[in-house]
Amino acid sequence: MTLFTELRPLSRLAEADAAEDARNEAPAGVRPATEAAATARPVPIAVISTLTIAAIIGLWSLASARGVVSPVFLPSPRQVVIAGYNLIVTGFVDATLFEHVGASLYRIFGALIASVLIGIPAGLAIGTSRLGRGILDPIVEFLRPLPPLAYLPLVIIWVGIGEASKITVIALAMLPSIILSTSAGVRSVSREHVNAARSLGAGPRQILAQVVLPSSVPSILTGIRIALGAGWTTLVAAELVAATSGIGFMIQSAAQFLVTDIVIAGIIVIALIAILLEFLARLLERRLVPWASHR
Amino acid sequence: MSILSFRDVSLRYPPRPGSRAAGNDRLVLDGINLQVASNELVAIIGRSGSGKTSLLNLAAGFIAPTSGTIAVDGVPIPGPGADRAVVFQDDALYPWLDARDNVAFPLKLKGMPRATRQARAQQLLELVGLGDAGDHHVWELSGGMRQRVGIARALAAEPRFLLLDEPLGALDALTRTRMQEFLLRIQARSGAGAVLITHSIDEALILASRVLVLSPHPGRLTAEIEAGFSAEILAGAATEKVKASPLFKRLHDGLTSLIHSLPNEEAAA
Repeated sequence: MTLFTELRPLSRLAEADAAEDARNEAPAGVRPATEAAATARPVPIAVISTLTIAAIIGLWSLASARGVVSPVFLPSPRQVVIAGYNLIVTGFVDATLFEHVGASLYRIFGALIASVLIGIPAGLAIGTSRLGRGILDPIVEFLRPLPPLAYLPLVIIWVGIGEASKITVIALAMLPSIILSTSAGVRSVSREHVNAARSLGAGPRQILAQVVLPSSVPSILTGIRIALGAGWTTLVAAELVAATSGIGFMIQSAAQFLVTDIVIAGIIVIALIAILLEFLARLLERRLVPWASHR
Repeated sequence: MSILSFRDVSLRYPPRPGSRAAGNDRLVLDGINLQVASNELVAIIGRSGSGKTSLLNLAAGFIAPTSGTIAVDGVPIPGPGADRAVVFQDDALYPWLDARDNVAFPLKLKGMPRATRQARAQQLLELVGLGDAGDHHVWELSGGMRQRVGIARALAAEPRFLLLDEPLGALDALTRTRMQEFLLRIQARSGAGAVLITHSIDEALILASRVLVLSPHPGRLTAEIEAGFSAEILAGAATEKVKASPLFKRLHDGLTSLIHSLPNEEAAA
């Protein structure tokens, strides 16, 4: 190795690199196809979508203004906005909107941590060992198609009505997608990446830690994103059934008193949080694995 | 001086699933005898399907021979190892690591502290003319640059043999010519022996001190040529001039007609 340290770099190669880069770029006169298409100027999809939302709100306003539907069933958009404001300021059933949302988020992130801690090792076991696959596959395949609310009553019997039961149910709902995405990531590791490591002196544990795991991270993050979506829908449903706080519980209580404006405001908040969670998960993917699209 | 040797090595794959013919297993390599010293570059040429890559995978230890022995200095190889570092055609760099960490990868496996291995990796990057590229993601680099990172990574393992699996096969023609000279010099400097698998007769003649021809179905080493062109280029002769010499042309034509006279994959299938 001391050989190398005394050697001069091959400076001519730098020029060759520049030449190769230049060849790989498109010639100056060629216009990309997208630019040519832009001259036709079709209406952007975002504009169409915005118009759709505006139309729905418009029809909704019209229907409630004309008294087509009773306000008990369909309060006006204005009432819903006011209800939302009141939720933030004074709250409903002993808690403000943020406290309800906070309770729900606490549950979902608690469940996420639990399911990641269990799911990633389980996925690695399924993806790397026949024994692991043989043991865990039937369990995952049993759990995966089950609607989480089906085992919620059993979980309540086992761990009680408190936070633990909700977190357990959400974690169980999230677990299959995290396990399956981890094992799929492990199985899709490039054979050449593994062989390169072996020929560079890596042992089995090093291959797992230095090649298989990092290579699976994009797939694991996709699994986490899907799990968050599944977890959120399950959480709200679980709160409808058994909770004393949380955004699902808030809607359920409001419905019992026929406070429809709060119900609708709550539904909109649930949708917004779902979108936000998806956005955060995608942001995390871009930040942590910018290389995933360059394999 | 180390010797990588193949003794009576044969490789047989089980029959393709669904194949009706009983006992129709495929003999890929038959009776391969080969010695490569750690100061030479041996090229193996042959058509696709002749078992070139299988031969390299055997040398790397990725697969085990059906019969025969592969050894380094008389000791049978136990499997893949850092004494035989492979450079792959599609570079097999790790996209989650930057160029420097890719080169430092074998050093990390050895447990070298981060600062030390980064400094060593930087030296190797400078050696391959990529001193400024250490912080770049590998996907930001051109094909030729990536391949040099791959070679630097293999050298970081301080191998006794470099196993080069068509490392220049995916490069454009101009880059490929540059890289051939580069590969020649780097191998001579590294003190490691090399086995180069290639389709290109040109490339084999320029780079190798010996060119072996692998005939297909089953793969057998059928011809061996001593080529001195690499020594001329290392001594300073221009590659283009060497390629224009009558001897180069004669050997090139001879190898071309030899390879064309061998049965090809379509005829055998």
